[in-house]
Amino acid sequence: MSPSSPSPAKPELVCPAGSLRALKLAVDAGADAVYLGLRNATNARNFAGLNFDEAQLREGIAYAHARGRQVLMALNTYARADAVPTWQQAVDAAAGLGADALIVGDIAVLAYAARTHPQLRLHLSVQASASSYEAIAFYRRHYGIQRAVLPRVLTLAQVGQVLRHTEVDIEVFGFGSLCVMVEGRCALSSYVTGQSPNNAGVCSPPAAVRWQESPQGVDARLSGVLIDRYAPDEPRGYPTLCKGRFEVNGRRDYAIEEPTSLNTLALLPELIALGVRAIKIEGRQRSPAYVEQVTRVWRQAIDAAVAAPERYQVEPAWTTTLAHLAEGQQHTLGAYDRPWR
Amino acid sequence: MEMTRTAPLRPAGPAEPDSRASLGSKYTDKEEGNDILTQNPDRIALNVGPLLYFWPRETLLHFYATVADSPADSVTLGEVVCERRRELRPADWLALARELRSAGKEVVLASQALIASEADLRLLRRVAEQDEFMVEAGDVSAVQLLSSAARRFVLGPHINVYSRAALQEYQRVGAARWVAPVELALQAVAEVNAGGAPLPTEVFAHGRLPLAFSARCFTARHHRLSKDHCEFRCRDDADGLLLSTSDGAPFLVLNGIQTQSAAQQCLIAEGAALRAAGVTRLRLSPVSQGFDTVIAQFEAVMNQGADAAAALQRLRELALPGGLANGFARGAAGMAWEAAAC
Repeated sequence: MSPSSPSPAKPELVCPAGSLRALKLAVDAGADAVYLGLRNATNARNFAGLNFDEAQLREGIAYAHARGRQVLMALNTYARADAVPTWQQAVDAAAGLGADALIVGDIAVLAYAARTHPQLRLHLSVQASASSYEAIAFYRRHYGIQRAVLPRVLTLAQVGQVLRHTEVDIEVFGFGSLCVMVEGRCALSSYVTGQSPNNAGVCSPPAAVRWQESPQGVDARLSGVLIDRYAPDEPRGYPTLCKGRFEVNGRRDYAIEEPTSLNTLALLPELIALGVRAIKIEGRQRSPAYVEQVTRVWRQAIDAAVAAPERYQVEPAWTTTLAHLAEGQQHTLGAYDRPWR
Repeated sequence: MEMTRTAPLRPAGPAEPDSRASLGSKYTDKEEGNDILTQNPDRIALNVGPLLYFWPRETLLHFYATVADSPADSVTLGEVVCERRRELRPADWLALARELRSAGKEVVLASQALIASEADLRLLRRVAEQDEFMVEAGDVSAVQLLSSAARRFVLGPHINVYSRAALQEYQRVGAARWVAPVELALQAVAEVNAGGAPLPTEVFAHGRLPLAFSARCFTARHHRLSKDHCEFRCRDDADGLLLSTSDGAPFLVLNGIQTQSAAQQCLIAEGAALRAAGVTRLRLSPVSQGFDTVIAQFEAVMNQGADAAAALQRLRELALPGGLANGFARGAAGMAWEAAAC
């Protein structure tokens, strides 16, 4: 950046809340905004025991607002043809309870929200797969979206290209699980289980997972399909199907993606300089303690990167905390920096 | 452009799609220089989907020469997977499109499914700016360019439409036909079309299913090559690179940045359910061997009253590793095969 250009705005830290407890801990640890969903298929983390009923939503919004923070409601699955009113009612509930914005992927839900609640702020969900500024312009023009969450497949240079050509605020993923496929356009899980993440809000659903002892070790199956086979002493991961080990031309390995997760702490000054307006932490399915610790690290990092970008460096203590939380998984910079390009 | 969220969406096309678009009616729309919207109401039209693999130029031209002589009604043409595959240049695709049109086929030019780089956008603009043929939008970037130019277009299978309300939004901005997402059950297609189809409906009826897209090229990764120096190794895999489970079951297929099913979806025995769901066109996805038989069998069953069970047996004999599947159509796991009621 040239010295005369205005210093870029401080990006918001947007943290996940799968429960009221996670919401409160995230707010207390310094989240600028918390995102959450209802207890049904209208959001993309539809797991048993997770998410908010109306009373919890009311309490969570009051808690955040009393401390000057925002609550963003994820309504980011696609309305099923036979159940569109369920998604419309979720929009109405969010508006009625005073959510600060809706995170929406389905054009049918966007249209309903824009027409029924024109005052309600709309964020384009990563599930809408808007991977170019032209796609973002479409949603801006027709539904007035004020922010877009970019798919995790873009490089840093491509993120910059989007930012130079859009007036819409841009949010990117900073930390958490990594989808190697473009979000919202992946039918792998429904190919195996019959449940579409786009409609049901869950990929590689726990109910379809079976662990079986076999002579070769332990098999992890998803609806009967062998996703991975572990030696008896090998650490085991959740069998998300794109992160399994398969055979191609007689060679068995992680043929689609290594089971890594995303950590962009090292890129933070660059993301801020590009003009990214919000950094999203993935993990509504994670524990409140996880959310609290990740939020605390990222609060410190963003504050440090904005206060003195030239002196910014990733603190060893941050790395230690985050590595501990990643449960043995390697962290990568994802597509932002692609050594495989 | 100023945001206009409270204003009604303006019709982007020269006219609002109107009653002409009701299911089974006979109508034409010559504005595109292409009578895409002409259809015999009793016929289930057969559309040759875009070639998803990277075939040598000669192989590709020979394939389309066979298509030209086939009973297929229409062809969707163009490279939709990877911007680096340039065996045919845009002008070559146009020349091929004209040849197929002279052979009596309706031709639609497809745009790439994943638009991420400026190079992707440049290619997209070239397709969107020509007005000789209608365009199939591969993503919402294409919808933005086409609707801004007041062009009508086909809504491709990788643009999410799960409800009638969603389809009507795209109809307002110029969609003239839609290809249902591959995972959408025929029951859901029927619900979208209940009370009269908003738009003519096409369904993916035969071939390995395009299931997912990534920025990363899995074929190059398998060969330990970087994407930008991939040596075009996907050219070795005429029907994609087979991926099997650790216990040896064919599962998926790597095709550059696209991941496909190993099983070929086959809806040849679903004629009644397809018609009941308001489907008027079937997409047959190119395969390296026996594609003429695929077209002939679908034509015989869907339009000539031939026995579906016998045709299914013929297609089974041609099937690639992974066999046949019809689960998505029946609201089950996509890889499942459920015996037809017929």
